Amino acid sequence: MRQYFLRRVTNAVVMGLCVLSLVVALIPLVSVLWLVISHGISGLSWSFFTALPSPVGEPGGGVGNAILGTFYIVGLACLMGLPFGIGAGVFLAERGDGPFGQAVRFIAEVLSGVPSIVIGVVAYGLVVVPMTRFSALAGAVALAILMMPTLARTTEDLVRLVPTTLREASLALGVAQWKTSLRVVLKTALGGILTGVLLAVSRAAGETAPLLFTSLNNQYWNFLPDQPTASLTVQIFNYAISPYEDWHEKAWAAALVLLMMVGLLNLASRLLARSRFQA
Amino acid sequence: MLSEQAANVRPNFFTRVNVGDRAYATVLSALAGAVLIVAGLIVWVLWKSAHTALATHPLQFIKGTDWDPVRQSFGALPFIYGTLVSSTVSIIVAVPIALGLAIFLVEIAPAAMRPLVSFPLELLAGIPSVVYGLWGLFVMVPWLRQSLEPLLGSTLGFLPLFQGPPLGLGYLAGGLILAVMILPTIASVSIEVLKKVPVSLKEGSLALGATKWEMVRTASLPYSRAGIVGAIILGLGRALGETMAVTMVIGNSPEIHLSLFSPGYSLPSVIANEFAEATDAMHTGALAALALILFGVTVLLNSIARLLVRAVGRGATRS
Repeated sequence: MRQYFLRRVTNAVVMGLCVLSLVVALIPLVSVLWLVISHGISGLSWSFFTALPSPVGEPGGGVGNAILGTFYIVGLACLMGLPFGIGAGVFLAERGDGPFGQAVRFIAEVLSGVPSIVIGVVAYGLVVVPMTRFSALAGAVALAILMMPTLARTTEDLVRLVPTTLREASLALGVAQWKTSLRVVLKTALGGILTGVLLAVSRAAGETAPLLFTSLNNQYWNFLPDQPTASLTVQIFNYAISPYEDWHEKAWAAALVLLMMVGLLNLASRLLARSRFQA
Repeated sequence: MLSEQAANVRPNFFTRVNVGDRAYATVLSALAGAVLIVAGLIVWVLWKSAHTALATHPLQFIKGTDWDPVRQSFGALPFIYGTLVSSTVSIIVAVPIALGLAIFLVEIAPAAMRPLVSFPLELLAGIPSVVYGLWGLFVMVPWLRQSLEPLLGSTLGFLPLFQGPPLGLGYLAGGLILAVMILPTIASVSIEVLKKVPVSLKEGSLALGATKWEMVRTASLPYSRAGIVGAIILGLGRALGETMAVTMVIGNSPEIHLSLFSPGYSLPSVIANEFAEATDAMHTGALAALALILFGVTVLLNSIARLLVRAVGRGATRS
């Protein structure tokens, strides 16, 4: 009887610890979100989104060029990364059961764990060294390489969700395999693929490490792919490690802008996923 | 023999080869092949940029404790040490919490409560590294300096790990921020793995009179052991390569200290801080060599982790 009591107590204690771990995990999350919002909100203004950075101590100034730069670099990265990532994913779902498919799948899984800073070094060697200058293109190459493997895996999973009966119905009507794949399978999976794309974009927008020595930074507006370009994340880093109180405030405000961007992309992908699965 | 060949050829000859199918398959294979090509490119570029530093004295490079780009002295040990120490701290802190979360979600929480756990996990995973760094630098580090480190020093100060002045910036700060960042990885993979434990196994355990915890301990955990180890290794892989947040809180000093309170350096941090300013070939080469080491270790860890996680899935389908 006594032993049974002890077992019950152990059970209660361990279960309590499990609930406690949830609470402990929530503390940093709540703290990060609360502080970014409360510190950042005071720094937000219209000019923060549109103006160029100002020198220390000078009032005003914003991160307009960095916001635009992030869009620019991520956009370039999408142009390069999306076709390969999605194409590889479709291949894996449609014909990926052979040894070649297995190899691609495994390599994609392993690549998705490679640290982003390492990919930055690779983009430096691939683009910056031959061009002999830092550029938006180099940053975009790094982000594209980072996007590819994860996108391939999410695309594969989502294309595989399309019921076989749909495909078979199309094939039974005499439609060629490639037309079936494009017009029936992929059309059905389009919402899912878009979800994956939005997630990949939100991740890429939050990357800092691979941009530090590829797209570097820029104090001015830049629209040329072969020039150094500012990005929101690198700007936050530079402001945060600077010794100036004034810039720290700007780092919080820029972090709030970044969180809103990433959050909106995440939210959009979530809503998209939900509407798809309810339909 | 001849007739057999003829039989093989003839249907092909008469049936129309669908050009569209061929083209489609080729394009898809090429796009998938690009993944392999990119993997090859990564290895090639890293090796090409790093071999100058590694070719002469690879062991001396790894064992060297002195890092001074001005005097062309490059030793990687302080960074390897800092990376290992901060990652170890993060694993020790994150694993129990992540497992507790996973067990809570899979075994205790009613279905309606599950989003309450999985949604914060996704949020945690979605916050960019540089934002964690900002928070770490201005919120966690002051807290460590004023509260946690003096507390640890006065209670566990007899251990050399917790001696010295509480600076805030250091191995402990790096390890704790990493713990927050790898928590969602370890928890979500563990959740996946725990969900694969067959219900019959759990019910059998309960039917024998086990309490919930005894069921978890004797049925769920042994069944999913390989997968949970895989989840931890995946988390470790993330911790080793995580750059920005660690760079902002680890103190950036290329020395080796036993105390967790003292400032250190990590492999990704030194690359982040010095690569853009490295002008001579030796310096860039040495930094690229650090990247190559990081690449090799994370690829190895990830391969092992994926195989382990996959093994659990296969076990579940078989039984």
